[in-house]
Amino acid sequence: MLTTSSMPTAGAATVRDASEDRNPGVPLDLDWVRRVRVNRSAAEFRAHTLARRRSVKAEWQAGWLLRAVTLTDLTTLAGDDTPGRVRRLCGKARRAVRADVLNALGVPPEAVCAAAACVHPAMTPTARDALEGSPVRVAAVAAGFPSGLSPFGTRVEEVREVVAAGAQEVDIVIARDAVLLGDWERLWREVAAFREACGAAHLKAILATGELGTLAKVAQAALVAMMAGADFVKTSTGKEAVNATLPVGLVMARTVREYFRATGHRVGLKAAGGLRTSRDALAWMVLVKEELGDAWLVPELFRLGASTLLADVERQLEHHATGRYSAFHRHALG
Amino acid sequence: MAQLKTSVRRAFEEVSYSPAPESAGLADQWLDGHGREFGHFMGGDWRAGDGPLVETRCPADGTLLARFRNGAASDVDAAVEAASGALPGWRAAGSSARARHLYRLARQIQKRSRHFAVLEALDNGKPIRESRDIDVPLAARHFYHHAGWAQLLDAEFRGYEGVGVAGQIIPWNFPLLMLAWKVAPALAAGCTVVLKPAEYTPLTALLFAELAAETGLPPGVFNVVTGDGAAGAALVRHPGVHKIAFTGSTEVGRDIRAATAGTGKKVSLELGGKSPFVVFENADLDAAAEGVVDSVWFNQGEVCCAGTRLLVQESVEEDFLARLADRMETIRVGHPLDKSTDMGAIVDGAQVERIESFLEAGRKDGAVIRQPSSPVPERGFYVPPTLCMGAPSSSPLVTEEVFGPVVASLTFRTPAEAVQLANDTRYGLAASVWTEDVNLALDMAPAIKAGTVWINCTNVFDAASGFGGYRESGFGREGGREGMWEYLAPVARGDAGAPGDAHSMRDAPDDADAPGGVGASERSGKAGDGRAGGASAGKREQIDRTRKLYVGGKQARPDGGYSLVMLDREGEAYAEVPRGNRKDVRNAVEAAGRARARWAAASGHDRAQILYFLAENLAARADEFAGRLTRATGDAPEAAAAETEAAVQALFTFAAWADKYDGRVHSTPFRNVTLAMNEPVGAVGIRCGDRAPLAGAVAPLAAALSQGNVAVAVVSARFPVPALDFVQVLETSDVPPGVVNVVSGIHDEVFPTLAAHDDVDQLWDLVGDDLSGEAERLSAGNLKRVWVARTGLDWLALSGRDCEFLLRQATRVKNIWVPYGA
Repeated sequence: MLTTSSMPTAGAATVRDASEDRNPGVPLDLDWVRRVRVNRSAAEFRAHTLARRRSVKAEWQAGWLLRAVTLTDLTTLAGDDTPGRVRRLCGKARRAVRADVLNALGVPPEAVCAAAACVHPAMTPTARDALEGSPVRVAAVAAGFPSGLSPFGTRVEEVREVVAAGAQEVDIVIARDAVLLGDWERLWREVAAFREACGAAHLKAILATGELGTLAKVAQAALVAMMAGADFVKTSTGKEAVNATLPVGLVMARTVREYFRATGHRVGLKAAGGLRTSRDALAWMVLVKEELGDAWLVPELFRLGASTLLADVERQLEHHATGRYSAFHRHALG
Repeated sequence: MAQLKTSVRRAFEEVSYSPAPESAGLADQWLDGHGREFGHFMGGDWRAGDGPLVETRCPADGTLLARFRNGAASDVDAAVEAASGALPGWRAAGSSARARHLYRLARQIQKRSRHFAVLEALDNGKPIRESRDIDVPLAARHFYHHAGWAQLLDAEFRGYEGVGVAGQIIPWNFPLLMLAWKVAPALAAGCTVVLKPAEYTPLTALLFAELAAETGLPPGVFNVVTGDGAAGAALVRHPGVHKIAFTGSTEVGRDIRAATAGTGKKVSLELGGKSPFVVFENADLDAAAEGVVDSVWFNQGEVCCAGTRLLVQESVEEDFLARLADRMETIRVGHPLDKSTDMGAIVDGAQVERIESFLEAGRKDGAVIRQPSSPVPERGFYVPPTLCMGAPSSSPLVTEEVFGPVVASLTFRTPAEAVQLANDTRYGLAASVWTEDVNLALDMAPAIKAGTVWINCTNVFDAASGFGGYRESGFGREGGREGMWEYLAPVARGDAGAPGDAHSMRDAPDDADAPGGVGASERSGKAGDGRAGGASAGKREQIDRTRKLYVGGKQARPDGGYSLVMLDREGEAYAEVPRGNRKDVRNAVEAAGRARARWAAASGHDRAQILYFLAENLAARADEFAGRLTRATGDAPEAAAAETEAAVQALFTFAAWADKYDGRVHSTPFRNVTLAMNEPVGAVGIRCGDRAPLAGAVAPLAAALSQGNVAVAVVSARFPVPALDFVQVLETSDVPPGVVNVVSGIHDEVFPTLAAHDDVDQLWDLVGDDLSGEAERLSAGNLKRVWVARTGLDWLALSGRDCEFLLRQATRVKNIWVPYGA
């Protein structure tokens, strides 16, 4: 039987804070952007068969799901968020899985927490305080989330403000109109400006792929965002009609790979929106493992943005620990 | 518990894959239930028969799976007897009853899908992922689809019925799927079946036989004889078999063609391939790299239509091959029953040796051979995915079918060069073309000589779409409407006027001594024997007429310089005609070959114009031709006039069809258009009979030309003059040079050359005698399609169905799969 090659181990505790290896961006290369070709049918076919080609069961599934927890950006981005709601979310992010379940699975509780808590700009200080002293990072959306249609100056300012308020990661939305109009220069300029405004904070560029029309545009938008210095490219705000689909993920992963090949810079991938089940998480992890390799299956380079996913993962983990099927109410609400 | 913790911890840290074995329990249970020993299945029951027991082992680990019988000729006899016995009842059961049986079979395959999938993986070595997700669902789909054809048979194939007992020989690469491809249409058509599975992989066929009996399929309708090539050969040669369907190597296909020659058996052959996989610079290169994986590393490369010649546009060669090399690294080679295995075991050690000898030859030819660094299991027959770069185009790696996970890459510069390289092969099974440019894709699809062209996809199959080859990849189609014809024959009814029926044509003298015999004598030799009496009153032509052969648009003297003197029924010489020889045939085929591409590319409208013009010019000289017919044959003037009129009619009819014999869009079950295009076959060699010396030459020529074929016609041996004089009409009707070529002479002297010629794509033997059998034998060289009209068509009164039949002969179906999506 084959064994896969080994990879650096990583729990949440090993998240690197540093700007080491950050993608510095490259000048806009329009020839490259225009060379992009994506065949939707082929992408869908690959995405559809990928999960069926790999089987992750039993103890291995438990291990993978634990890893999934450490890749999770636990998210609340509702209009009715309050500080209390955000504090509860952050508490859940810090202690994502019941300690007895982790003990039963042989994993030290301190190794398993969410990668980040992701909140609205105004909730950044609350999240910062609630996560104080934990390895869970503070992530805030910004730049006119979710539409990205606030005046440019306002959007840049918003990025500065959330960083000043303690965000270690900023999930900005790109201007979809720039993509739809093929105005790559503007897209590059804007993302580069956000990146500059981020300073040491990491920049995740939300492409809102459900509003870009074609997979080729998805790839082009991802490419330009990376050229402009994004640390992550992210599928969706969670507010579009279509969110993180596997074909979109495949196309973004391949674009990340191509950018790495050409520039030597590793950019992260974040799936967000519509991820609800353990099965979804495993499918995305298989996709990333197969298309980008083991090096990407770490919180620095891959995130699952979700609000309800964790609850299902916990149930599955308890099942692996006890052999019995679990129930939602047995796990703390996030 | 401690082990649980260790494994969980390890998986958490490594995010690696674990062994994920599918249970062999069901398969083992079934094998044990049979004591791991099987007989043949015939007449609804197991029978040990006369052959010795042989073994089938799992190629992944050498485990003995079961013993089965190596069938003897006597076992084949018994099975054919069972099938023959069941035939009347199965025919009489009616199409609706047959439809229900097929539906039940489809259901049962689905219900036992895991059982079939595991058994197939064990017996063949293919990964369970593929047998589970591809082989078995497609097999079930095939029975569903053909349950439909069974139901619609009477309505959609009026005037046709099942050909009889079908002998079917299937390969080891997709044992159950190939069974389905063969058995479903046969049963739907009302045929009964004797199936000979491959000796490496008999098990799923045996399981299917058992299941068929359980579902109430009448005994004898489906029979299995296991064994090696000898059993297959006995089946091929059995006189009680009416149809042979074979999938396997071109070598064996050739033997089958030769062995069935002259027997009247229907034959379809799905043979080898060396299919091109064409990657343009404007393709989605990652998708194309994935396509290579699905094309040549699917089923360990043991796929007849694998895209093993990788043609990459030079501008992206380095980039593309780098992507491909990276992708190879993540292919998992392992035990077939592991659910995370991408490539399983090669079917047998002998096959591994064959693959390795190709690689060795490639190395000697200077190829760089690349395999991934990941390991393959030490036990069992495994070959890792292999990419060969830089092999010369003459290397066996590039020209021969390896039937293993080996792809050879070449480069091209322009679309035209891609076509040239793609077609630079004896085979023509499939092609895969990758580009995001729809203009380019739709330009390539018709240009590549292959039965299936996949645009931006590869190795997709469906029961609704025909699959089969061009050139030495065989003939006949499996799947879809086009596949049903392979198991149908015209109902032998007096009133049907069906193609191939006997008709009350002119009472021609016995054809047995016709070729070169009655009615003709050499110019220098003794005059005809005058045996054929008659009342013709004609005289020798008053001014010496010099008839010539017609080659490449020019009248040509026969190479040998001989003429034949034609005698009328009273033994009186009335004309001289050229006595063609093999060089004349060679020249005619060369001329046809030069005209082939342009005529095929001409629009149906333009071809129609020329056929109409031919009709116009023939009609203008109708009296003259009628007179000549009368002079030659002794027919009454009215009959001669009727034949001339029939020739004009045929030209009009096929002119009409030139722009109307449309293809189809098949309803395949995913988002794509599957275009079933009717393409011309190419160069057709036509041997005309004596029964209607003018209409019997003009009508088939019209049919051939209307669909874009070029032709070499060997005119009636006994009455060649009318067709030879038709050359004058051809000359005055804008028929491009080489599109029609006419040769006269002694059929025994000229037709074998035509039948054997490797650049002739198809033969129409409209005589049906011993020479026809010889022609079928000779056709095995390049496996050209052969149609022998053994009992003749009524050229004087072609029915609509006759015309449709001729149009099908004049075309072959290419299926072009075009997935779409913004």
